[in-house]
Amino acid sequence: MAEPIIRMKNIEKHFGSVIALAGVSVDVHAGECHCLLGDNGAGKSTFIKTMSGVHKPTKGEIIFEGKPLDFADPRDAIAAGIATVHQHLAMIPLMSVSRNFFMGNEPIKKRFGMSFFDHEYANDVTMREMKQMGINLRGPDQAVGTLSGGERQTVAIARAVHFGAKVLILDEPTSALGVRQTANVLATVDKVRKQGIAVVFITHNVRHAMAVGDRFTVLNRGKTFGTASKGEITPEELQDMMAGGQELAVLEGSLGGTV
Amino acid sequence: MADTSQVDERIKDISPLRRALIRPELGGIVGTVAVFTLFLLFAFDSGMFNSQGVMNWSTVSAQFMIIAVGACLLMIAGEFDLSVGSMIGFAGMMIAVFGVVLAWPMWMAIIITFVICVALGALNGWIVVRTGLPSFIVTLAFLFILRGFTIYIPQTIENKTIIGGIRDAAEGDWLAWLFGGKIGQPLFQWLGEAGVIAVFERGSRAGEPVVDGIPMLIVWAIALVIFGHILLTRTRFGNWVFAAGGDADAARNSGVPVSRVKILMFMFTAFCATVLAVCQVMEFGSAGADRGLLKEFEAIIAVVIGGALLTGGYGSVIGAALGALIFGVVQQGLFFAGVESSLFRVFLGVILLFAVILNTYIRRIITGER
Repeated sequence: MAEPIIRMKNIEKHFGSVIALAGVSVDVHAGECHCLLGDNGAGKSTFIKTMSGVHKPTKGEIIFEGKPLDFADPRDAIAAGIATVHQHLAMIPLMSVSRNFFMGNEPIKKRFGMSFFDHEYANDVTMREMKQMGINLRGPDQAVGTLSGGERQTVAIARAVHFGAKVLILDEPTSALGVRQTANVLATVDKVRKQGIAVVFITHNVRHAMAVGDRFTVLNRGKTFGTASKGEITPEELQDMMAGGQELAVLEGSLGGTV
Repeated sequence: MADTSQVDERIKDISPLRRALIRPELGGIVGTVAVFTLFLLFAFDSGMFNSQGVMNWSTVSAQFMIIAVGACLLMIAGEFDLSVGSMIGFAGMMIAVFGVVLAWPMWMAIIITFVICVALGALNGWIVVRTGLPSFIVTLAFLFILRGFTIYIPQTIENKTIIGGIRDAAEGDWLAWLFGGKIGQPLFQWLGEAGVIAVFERGSRAGEPVVDGIPMLIVWAIALVIFGHILLTRTRFGNWVFAAGGDADAARNSGVPVSRVKILMFMFTAFCATVLAVCQVMEFGSAGADRGLLKEFEAIIAVVIGGALLTGGYGSVIGAALGALIFGVVQQGLFFAGVESSLFRVFLGVILLFAVILNTYIRRIITGER
């Protein structure tokens, strides 16, 4: 297999006396969907924040496209091609899809020596990208507020991809969505992966992870139990690893195996 | 999963009416049509629609328009400025102090006043951005601070609250003309000779048209409206203004320099207030400590009638300009129609309430909230 696009080696992150990450290693290849699973407090958020330049690792190194990287802030990471789509999306409901899509990256056309927002270009690109992602807009001036949660996730993902993301970090994109919307977002993840982009998919839902993941890494209390490829592991095993096994087995027994 | 490349059956065709309804200018357009219809029907013979009458309400509307443009862009960026009225009084007083008391050349007095006032706007914005306090409180403080100085300064140095003599001091000054002059005199002279507009019958100005040109105040109003509209809808900066007011955090995450946008909008609001102040002192020939009283609220009302949301992120400069026009036409129209002028305030309150309710409803349509 080719060299991974990003390799996180023995990442440790301490916040004062709290050890949030105690030596986590993950690598992600272009065109794969790497699922990062873990329960609340397992260190998932800290880990992706380290990856996207928000936190500096206390120990360990990040190798991006073969070179060690030292991000000063998230802008460096974005410039290098590591984009994060957060749970709380950077979308403004009152603004149109096309204005949102190009927020902060507005296309410019020159007229009479002055710079103007190139609405035609923005609208064309937005409509095309949305169609590719399977979202039918009434028009590029439709407000984001009228879109469903799943559609908003898809707009955010499409935006990150359009602006050159090589590594796309999705922070619990399906956690607040209904069944059908989740299916739409997972389909989007699949499309993005096929374009050769490395996807890091954070979730605590094993079924969502199994649906699109190529490889799986489980975080538990700041540590990882290693990475498993698709087919090597069952959903039940993943679930057990996330919860730390034992207690959940007892719980599951009392709930009749429905967790 | 379902094949979504087909037309989604849940995207309903929306009627043209509903589509028009989410344009922010709609309220302003309807209001303007209604107001003009009303006065054309009931006050046509009152002189409101002859050349003098038109010039009268156009001038008043233009005054509202100049400050409404600034207030509109600032409100869309998510902030208020309650110090606009005090700024108008303060700027006028600065012109008088520099130009008359200190006897500086008028152009220099005007430029220095602009610099001071825009800097005060920047200070307003800087405090709001740095402290994260509501702009309501910060600019309320400036409302009192600036008004206080506007009364204190002339009282201390001249022992009065009105400083006159500005017209003499501004005589022949090139920059003062830009605010107090008129354009289009030959056109109006020609219109008068052609009998389109009335001419003076007797007196020293016999034969001259009763309206002899368009005041620069109106030119400023139109220029600012065009500038504001293009800035908001056709530039990258305009997108940032919407974004800063729509959701400042989301905008920051997308790389929009929210603080810079907000401070610049506070500066622009101060600039607009100063433009109005300079036009006023040039017209009246004096600066008074009570100038601009309540103007901040009138500006905000014009903006809200024009369809902007008080919460920011949505609105239109054209709408705000129409709001200002409605304002001017009704205020002067009631006078022409011989209606008790205090009723104008009743009208203001009613239309404000109506506009806010309408805007809230429109917001629900846009965002799909239920």
